[in-house]
Amino acid sequence: MSNVFAQRRQKLLSMKALRGSSPAPAHTEETCPACGGTFRRRDLVMARYVCPLCGHHYPIGAYYRLSLVLDKGTFRELDASLTSNDPLSFPGYATKLDSARRRTGMNEGVVTATGRIGGQKVAIGALDSRFFMGSMSAALGDKVTRLVEYAEKYKLPLILFSASGGARMQEGILSLMQMAKTSAALEHFSQKGGLYISVLTHPTTGGVTASFASLGDIMLAEPGALIGFAGPRVIEQTIGEKLPEGFQRAEYLLEHGFLDAIVPRTQLRDTLLQLLKLHGKGGSDRAK
Amino acid sequence: MRNNLTPAQRVALARHQDRPGTADFIDALFTDFFEQRGDRLCMDDGSILGGVALFHGRPVTVIGHRKGRTLEEHLAYHFGMPSPEGYRKAQRLMKQAEKFGRPVITFIDTPGAYPGLEAEARGQGEAIARTLAISSALTVPVISVVTGEGGSGGALALGVGNKVLMLENAVYSVLSPEGFAAILWKDSSRSDEACDVMKLTAADLLELGVIDEIIPEPEAGAHTDLRAVCRALDPVLTRELNALSKLSGQALAAARYKKFRQMGSNALRKERP
Repeated sequence: MSNVFAQRRQKLLSMKALRGSSPAPAHTEETCPACGGTFRRRDLVMARYVCPLCGHHYPIGAYYRLSLVLDKGTFRELDASLTSNDPLSFPGYATKLDSARRRTGMNEGVVTATGRIGGQKVAIGALDSRFFMGSMSAALGDKVTRLVEYAEKYKLPLILFSASGGARMQEGILSLMQMAKTSAALEHFSQKGGLYISVLTHPTTGGVTASFASLGDIMLAEPGALIGFAGPRVIEQTIGEKLPEGFQRAEYLLEHGFLDAIVPRTQLRDTLLQLLKLHGKGGSDRAK
Repeated sequence: MRNNLTPAQRVALARHQDRPGTADFIDALFTDFFEQRGDRLCMDDGSILGGVALFHGRPVTVIGHRKGRTLEEHLAYHFGMPSPEGYRKAQRLMKQAEKFGRPVITFIDTPGAYPGLEAEARGQGEAIARTLAISSALTVPVISVVTGEGGSGGALALGVGNKVLMLENAVYSVLSPEGFAAILWKDSSRSDEACDVMKLTAADLLELGVIDEIIPEPEAGAHTDLRAVCRALDPVLTRELNALSKLSGQALAAARYKKFRQMGSNALRKERP
C-alpha cells in the first residue's frame, strides 16, 4: 500500500520538476552559453543540464534539483502553501508575485521537504532562481527557518541548496531581518549537534550568502557557481577596475578557504551519501 | 518629537558629516574605555571600533561602526564600511564578553559592508553570517542602538540585540536608497522616491516591530546637541540593562531567538499549492 503512495509522490515530483523547463522537443539543437558548442537537447537533459562538451552547469529548478538527489518516492513537501502577503504594500509587488506563482507553480522561491537519501531521512530544501531570483522574502526566510527547526525537532541531517540574487527589495527591512532569523535558527541547530550541509549553486549572492548559505558544517558548491556578498558590478564601481577572470567563482572560493569541495552535479548524490554515512544521523544528544 | 521631516530629509540627517559616531557616544556615555584591536587572524579593521568600558561603573563590551572624523580617517575606515576582519574582531569581542559575563552594547552606523575585492576574497558573506549566528546565541545581554545609517547586512551584523533602540533621525534599511533605486528601477537618482517606499525611518520600523524604542533627538538633529541625545539614551540603556541582567544566560539567548524568530511573521499568508 505504502508503495502505491510512494509511486504517486514520485510521479508528482517528476511532474513538478518538469514544469517550467523548456518544452522544446528532444531533438532540438542547443548552444551552450559557456563554450558555444552545440548538441541535441536530449543529451543536455540526459546529462542533468550539464553541458556534455564543457561541463557548464545550467541553473535548474528546485523540484528537479531535489528529484536528482532524493530516493525515489520519498519526497514530501513541507509548508508548500506559505507565500508573501506584500507586507509593505509595495507598488506593483502583488501583481508580480501572482505572475511568478502562475509561471513557476510555486508559492515561494524555496521548496522545503523531507525525504530519504540512501535510506537516511533528511530535511532538505532548494532555492529556485526562477522565482524572484530566489531572493529572500519573509516567507522564504520563514520556510528555511521552519525546515531548520524541523530538522532539530526530529534530529535529521539538514541539506540546503542555495541560489539567490539576495534580498527581496519589495519586502525591505523584513527581508533583511530574515538573515538574522535563519542564522539564529542554524546556530541553535548547530549547538544541538545537528549536521548541516550547504550546497551553493549559481548564483548565490547578497543576504543569502551572508546568512544561511555560509553556515554549513560542510560547504559544497557546483562548478563555476558565482558566490559572493557584493555583486561584481558594485565591486567594479567601488574599486574602479575590472575584476580578474574567475573572481567569485566556486573555484576561487575553494582556493580562498571557503569551501570543502566543488562537486559536479552528476556526483552530488554520491557525495551526499558519503557525507551522511560519515556523520550518521546528526542531531547528537551530547551537544549542549 | 517632530514628525514633519520627509524620509529623505532624515536620510540626510543620518548621514550628516557632523553626526555623532560610535567614538562620540563612547566618550559621552562610558568611562575607562579600553580599545581592543585586531581579529587575531590577520589584521585590524578600524571601521569596527570595540573594547571594554564602564557604564555607570559596570563593565560592558562596546562594539560599533566607525566612520572616522577626518578625511584621513574616513579613507582608512572606508567611511564606516567594514571588511571581514572587522566582523571577525566583533565576533572575538562578543565571545570575550560572554566569557567575562559582560553585557554587549553595539552602535550601528554604516552605509553597508565594504564591497571590495579583498573583502570578497576573505569572505565578507561568511564573516557577516558568522557574526549573526554568534550574536544570536550569546548568553549575556545585548543592546543595539542604530545611531546613524543602518545599511544592509553590514549593519544587521551588529544588530541582533535583545533590545534594538534607534535615534529619531537614524535610518535602517535593506540597502541604501541609491542602491535600492538602482536595483529596482535601474536608476540610482530616484533615491528620494525609494526613501518614501522603503519604510526606513524609526517610526516605520517601530510599527513593523523591527525596533523597540525611539530615542528623541534635538530639533535640528543629533549633531547639534550630543549631550541632549545622551541624556535621553542613558536612562533607556540603564533601564534595559537592569531588566536584562535579571535574566539567566539561557533566557537571554532564548528571548533573542524568539524576538528575531517572529520578524516578518505578519508578512506571510497561505495560498493553495
